[in-house]
Amino acid sequence: MDSSQLLGITTFTYLFSTLLYVAILVFKAPRLGYIATLFTFIAWLIQTGGLVLRWMESYQLGFGHAPLTNMYESVVFFSWVIVILYLLIEWKFKTKIIGAFAVPFAFLAMAYASFSTDISKTINPLVPALQSNWLIAHVVTCFVGYAAFAVAAGLGIMYLLKNRSKSGDQKSSGLLDTLPPLKTIDDIIHKTMVFGFIWLTAGIITGAIWANSAWGTYWSWDPKETWSLITWFVYAITLHARYTRGWGGTKIAYLSIFGFLAVLFTYYGVNFLLAGLHSYGSN
Amino acid sequence: MKQLNSIWNFFSSVKLAIFTLSFIAISSIIGTVIPQGEPTGFYVNQYGPKVAQFFQVLDIPDMYYSWWFTGLLGLLSANLIICSLDRFPTVLKIIKADNLSILPSRLDKMSDSSSWQRVQGDVAKLNISDILRNAGWRPESRKMETGELFFSQKGAWSRTGVYIVHTSILVIFIGAIIGHFWGFKGNVMIPETKSSTKIFSSGSRVPIELGFEVRCDSFGIQYYDRGMVKEYESSLTILENGKEVVQKFIEVNSPLTYKGITFYQSSYEGYQEFIVTIEDVDSKESKYFIVPFQKQKIWDGKEVRFGIINAEALGQRVVRAKLWLKAGDSPAVIEWLEDNKSINIKNGDKSYTVTVKQMYATGLQVAKDPGVWFVYVGCGLMLLGLYMAFFMSHKRIWLYQKSDGDYSTVVLAGSTNKNKIEFSRQFAELEKQIRKSYGA
Ligand code: HEM
Repeated sequence: MDSSQLLGITTFTYLFSTLLYVAILVFKAPRLGYIATLFTFIAWLIQTGGLVLRWMESYQLGFGHAPLTNMYESVVFFSWVIVILYLLIEWKFKTKIIGAFAVPFAFLAMAYASFSTDISKTINPLVPALQSNWLIAHVVTCFVGYAAFAVAAGLGIMYLLKNRSKSGDQKSSGLLDTLPPLKTIDDIIHKTMVFGFIWLTAGIITGAIWANSAWGTYWSWDPKETWSLITWFVYAITLHARYTRGWGGTKIAYLSIFGFLAVLFTYYGVNFLLAGLHSYGSN
Repeated sequence: MKQLNSIWNFFSSVKLAIFTLSFIAISSIIGTVIPQGEPTGFYVNQYGPKVAQFFQVLDIPDMYYSWWFTGLLGLLSANLIICSLDRFPTVLKIIKADNLSILPSRLDKMSDSSSWQRVQGDVAKLNISDILRNAGWRPESRKMETGELFFSQKGAWSRTGVYIVHTSILVIFIGAIIGHFWGFKGNVMIPETKSSTKIFSSGSRVPIELGFEVRCDSFGIQYYDRGMVKEYESSLTILENGKEVVQKFIEVNSPLTYKGITFYQSSYEGYQEFIVTIEDVDSKESKYFIVPFQKQKIWDGKEVRFGIINAEALGQRVVRAKLWLKAGDSPAVIEWLEDNKSINIKNGDKSYTVTVKQMYATGLQVAKDPGVWFVYVGCGLMLLGLYMAFFMSHKRIWLYQKSDGDYSTVVLAGSTNKNKIEFSRQFAELEKQIRKSYGA
C-alpha cells in the first residue's frame, strides 16, 4: 500500500459520501445520516493514512518533509481540512444534510488533484527557499482558512436554494424541507466565515514572516500576496456589513460564494494565470 | 461647528470603511495583472505610447506606492482613527459602568431573565455571594431600600477586541512607514575571501555605506542525490576596524543580522578562478591562493609552482579540475581533483595536501528595516484582537433579592453582547443551581 493508492481511494470514497448525503436530501431518509457520517469519517481516516504515508515516504527518499509543499499536496490537505471541519460542524450543530453541500468540495478537490494533468504528484525534495518551518505554518493556516471558506460557500449555496424554493414554486420546496431553518444556516455561515477569517489572517502573517526570514521583505506586493489581501478584504467587508450594517441572509450568502471565488483565484488562478514568487505551486 | 460635525461623521462612518476597503481591494487587482516596476520602455512596447503615458500619470508601474494608492491607505487610517475615537469612549463607559446602579425593574427586560418566589425562613443563613462564586462568578453587591442587588461580569475587556484589531492595522502601517524612511533594501556580490564595506540600493543602485566590513569566507552549494540544489550557504565574517567580531554560516531562510542590518543568502556567481589551498605535510605550513584558469602561481619561498590546466564543468559549476604542480626541480605531477575535496600529492620528497575549489561570489540581499518589529507586534495584536472579538464575550448577571414580609422575590437576569445561544445555556444552568440552593 502506498500513499498514492490510499489517496486515490479517498477520491472515490468522497464521491460516495457526497452521493450518500445527497440521498438523504432526495429521499428524505434521515436514517441514512449515520451511515453517511460514518462512511465520511472512514474516508477521512483513509486520507489521513495517505497523508501520513506520503510523509513517511518522503523520509524514505532521504529528504523528509511534511506533505504540504506543492500544489498536489496542498489540494489534498485542503480537502482533508474541509471534511474534518464539516464533521465538526455536523457534530456541533447536529445537522447532517449540509454534508450534501460541503463534502462535494472535498471530492472535487481530490478529483482535481488526482486527474488534472497540471499537477505533478511526485514527491520532490525542497528547494532552499522552501526549507522553513514558517512554510509549514503558512500552508496549514492558509488552507484551514480556505477550507472554512469552501464550507461557508457550500452553505451559502444551500441558503440560496432554500430561500428561493421558499418564496418560489412549491414543488421543489419539498426537497429542501429537510434543510435546517434559514436562520440556522445563516448563523453557521457567519461562524464558519469568522473561523476562516482568523486562519486566513494567520496565514497571511506567517507568510509575511517567512518571506522576511528568506528575503528580508515581509511584503512585496507580488500577485499571490496581493490576491490573498484582496480575499482578506472581501471577508473583512462582509464581517463589517453584517455586524455594523445588519446585512444577513441572502446578501451574506452571496458574499460567502463571492469570497470563495476570490479564494479560488488566489489559490489557483494566480498560479496558472499570473506569475510571481509563489509559482512553485505550478509544478 | 456643524460643518466640523458632518466631516467627523463622514470619517467615522462604516459606510466609508466599506467603500475604502472595496476600492483598495478592486484597485489592487491592477498591479497583479500589469507587471510592476519595469522600465518605461516596457510599457510603451506592451501597451502603446498613449496607454503608457496614461499609466505614467497614474503611477501604474509602481501603483502600490503611488500617490493615489497611499492616499487610499491614508483614508483608511483616518477612517480607523476617527471611527475608534468616536466609539471607544462609549465602550470604555460600558466597561467601567457601575452595574449596581441599575434599577431593579429593568432586570425583567433583560434578554435572559427569570424570577421566582421563596419562603423567607431559614434562608437568612444562605450566602448568595458564595452560591454565585461556586458557580464561577465573582459578585459585588449593594444593599438597597427594598432588598439586595448582586452583580457579576466576565470578559468586559473583550469589548476592546475590535479596537485592538483596528489599532493593529495602524501599528502595521507605522512599521511599514518606519521601514520605508529609515530602512533600506539592497544587495551585494562578494567574491570568496573578499570583503565589502558597502552595498547597492535595490532600485537605484546607489552605494550605501554599512559602517563595518562584511567578508565572504566561503560559499558552497549542497545537492540532493538527484542533483537538485539542497542549500546555498555562505560563511560570513563581520569586521570592525579590521577586527573580526562576528562569524556565521548563513543559508536561505537563515540570515545574519548585525547592527540592525540583515544579510540574506540570495544568489551566487561562479568564476573561472580557483581557490587552491596547499599544506606542506612536513612543516604543516599552509596557504591559499586565488588562481586564474591556466595561469601559473608560485608559493614564494617554497619553490612550489602550480596551476589549473583544465576543468570539467556542469553549466557554471566546475566539478573537477586538473592540477599541475611542481616542487623545486622534481618533475611536475598532474592530477584531477574533485571540487573542494582535499587529496595528497607527492612530488619528489615533498608531500602536500591540496584542495582546489572553484571560486564563487556570494550574492547577498541586504536589508535594514527598523519597522519590522512594529509590523510583528501589529500582527500579534491583530490575532489577539480577533480572538477577543470573536471568541470572547462580555457576560453580565444580576441577582436581586427583594423581601416583603415572609416571602421574598428573587430576580435573576443576564445579558451578553455576543454568542447569545451559548450564554442562554449557561444562564439556565446557573438558574438551576441557584434555585437548588434556595430549595425552590
Ligand atoms: C482591514 C481593515 C479592518 C479590519 C480587519 C477590521 C476588523 C474588524 C473586526 C474583526 C470587527 C469585529 C466584527 C464582529 O465582531 O463581527 C470589526 C468591527 C468594526 N469595525 Fe472594523 N476592521 C477594519 C476596518 C475598519 C474601518 C476602516 C472602520 C471605520 C469605520 C471599521 C469600523 C468598525 C466598526 C464600527 C466595528 C463594530 C465595532 C463594534 O461596535 O463592536 N473597521 N472590525
